[in-house]
Amino acid sequence: MSLEDHLRARRDAGRKLLVPYVTGGLGDDWVETVRALAAAGADAIEVGIPFSDPVMDGPVIQQASERALHAGATPGGIVRALSGVDAGVPLAVMTYYNLVFRAGHERFASSLATAGIAGCILPDLPLDEAGEWCAAADAAGVATILLAAPTTPDDRLAAICERSRGFVYAVGVLGVTGERSSLAASATVIAKRLKAVTDRPVLVGVGVSNAEQARQVAEAADGVVVGSALVRRLLEGAGPEGAAAFVAELRAGLDG
Amino acid sequence: MTDTQSLPGGSLMGEPSETGRFGEFGGRFVPESLVPACFELEAAFRTAWADPAFHAEYEALLRDYGGRPTPVTECANLSKQLGIRLLLKREDLTHTGSHKINNVVGQALLTKRMGKQRVIAETGAGQHGVATATAAALFGLDCVVYMGEVDVERQALNVFRMRLLGSEVVPVASGSRTLKDAVNEALRDWVANVESTHYCLGSVMGPHPYPWMVREFQRILGAEAREQCRAVLGRDPDVVAACVGGGSNAAGTFSGFVDTDARLVGVEAAGGAAIGRGIPGVVHGMKSFLMQDEHGQVAEAHSISAGLDYPGVGPEHAHLAASGRADYPSAGDEEVLRAFELLARSEGIIPALESAHAIAWVVAAAERGELAPGTTVLVTLSGRGDKDVAQVMDMVNARTS
Ligand SMILES: Cc1ncc(COP(=O)(O)O)c(C=O)c1O
Repeated sequence: MSLEDHLRARRDAGRKLLVPYVTGGLGDDWVETVRALAAAGADAIEVGIPFSDPVMDGPVIQQASERALHAGATPGGIVRALSGVDAGVPLAVMTYYNLVFRAGHERFASSLATAGIAGCILPDLPLDEAGEWCAAADAAGVATILLAAPTTPDDRLAAICERSRGFVYAVGVLGVTGERSSLAASATVIAKRLKAVTDRPVLVGVGVSNAEQARQVAEAADGVVVGSALVRRLLEGAGPEGAAAFVAELRAGLDG
Repeated sequence: MTDTQSLPGGSLMGEPSETGRFGEFGGRFVPESLVPACFELEAAFRTAWADPAFHAEYEALLRDYGGRPTPVTECANLSKQLGIRLLLKREDLTHTGSHKINNVVGQALLTKRMGKQRVIAETGAGQHGVATATAAALFGLDCVVYMGEVDVERQALNVFRMRLLGSEVVPVASGSRTLKDAVNEALRDWVANVESTHYCLGSVMGPHPYPWMVREFQRILGAEAREQCRAVLGRDPDVVAACVGGGSNAAGTFSGFVDTDARLVGVEAAGGAAIGRGIPGVVHGMKSFLMQDEHGQVAEAHSISAGLDYPGVGPEHAHLAASGRADYPSAGDEEVLRAFELLARSEGIIPALESAHAIAWVVAAAERGELAPGTTVLVTLSGRGDKDVAQVMDMVNARTS
């Protein structure tokens, strides 16, 4: 089943969608963490392939990326490790475009497909530049998840939804990834704007930091992506169990 | 009139394509949050650049406040020593001491036009930061400058200048703690504050329209130099050289000579040679040459010159290199230091370490016979060396002790 079919089926069954993010290569047990997140109630899992210059990321994910790179993480190594995970829910990778460009579009897309990875998020590859990559990803059967931002005008929003696959990633706040003490008003606004123009699942990420915020924004959106709040716990040594406990909390918040 | 179509490079250095491409390079590889701001900036620039009133204001400011036109100086002593005719375009004599002011005055006027009250900038050597802080003081804008920790230390004088001018300087502790990381941090700030803030980027890099817009704002440098060379030499120079970090002083210079027969030479730092040692890649919003590892992780540059300590290069230079119209040799730290001292002693001009790279290449090329006797060479002296004196003093002392 494709990422989108999977997410649509769950959404249409009345479930709010939860996609936690972890940085690949962070700690020796990161693959175990991925499995634990699935068992704790994730509907799909986003795995970051660390990049040297992550401009969409705040201090927490920057630090995680630096640690993973320092420990020797490589794009090929992370993709290979994921091929053996069998988490029971779809996996998507999130990385920056230069790693894809360097590998070559076709080669990168087919390596994801071979590893059984269902989707790919490239935050520095906006709609206008995404054509070549999307063609390669489509051909390999990998969903390209595009981002929509609070600053995106309406006509562009529609075009982004049209070209996105899997789900539409709604950037909830103007800013880089990182925890926020309260949910920004912009999160609900962008979710509503997207829901008005697309039937694809709409997930809000960036600035969704706890169960209460997840519950709040999921009143307008189909679900959430939670990254920094989880990665911070991993940096603090939570390990797979601690990560799973946090995801279970988020799950409970969404299930109300 | 020269026929620009039949000359080498006649079609070069015009407007990029609609997607901001110079050949295969350029583009707009930024997070979605910033894409509308890039469109807005492009529209604002197009309108302004077609408006004689904007040009008048921009040129008057550069004249009455910035000190333009800057002279071209013929270096009699060094010319004699090298057996060539060496001319310098004196951007060191502008207000704030480098060519960066040309771009900043243009972008500050645009910021006003767009109704924004806050500007941010990245800086390496601190010259772009100082120029931005200066314009912010003049126009009453809030200004935050991002600067790598390594550069904060080695360009301490410029840090203090920026603070005197009323700007906030934020040291950046991530990555290599130099220019690359300052750009990352400025982009992160822009993502968060894009509605109120203009990112005053300091070179011909970043997403479209910056590489084009900054080159246009630096065009004045090349246009003046071309006229001045004709007045001094009675013709165009044989060789035109400039240092290349992101490539703005070189782009401004080359734009004045791309349709002549002059050989165009952009001199990179050996430790930051994106064209010399890089391959195509995408970072900081642009596709260009980039120093990177086999996985695509960006490499850390290493140069004594903070302004050239950068693993990327502006996309138009990538295109000029790929098309063969310009070439991009590099100069190493030691020869740059010697060129710095040589220019000081022979001509009484202390250059910025960045600019000393272009001088170093000329010296080396003359010495190895690459420049035939009598060759006429124009070098853009992009800035003055006051900011580097403390750093050079330490290096010279270390050498003699
Ligand atoms: C004096 C001087 N020259 C050159 C540069 C390099 O920039 P660009 O290549 O954009 O001219 C700098 C940048 O800091 C500088 O301060």
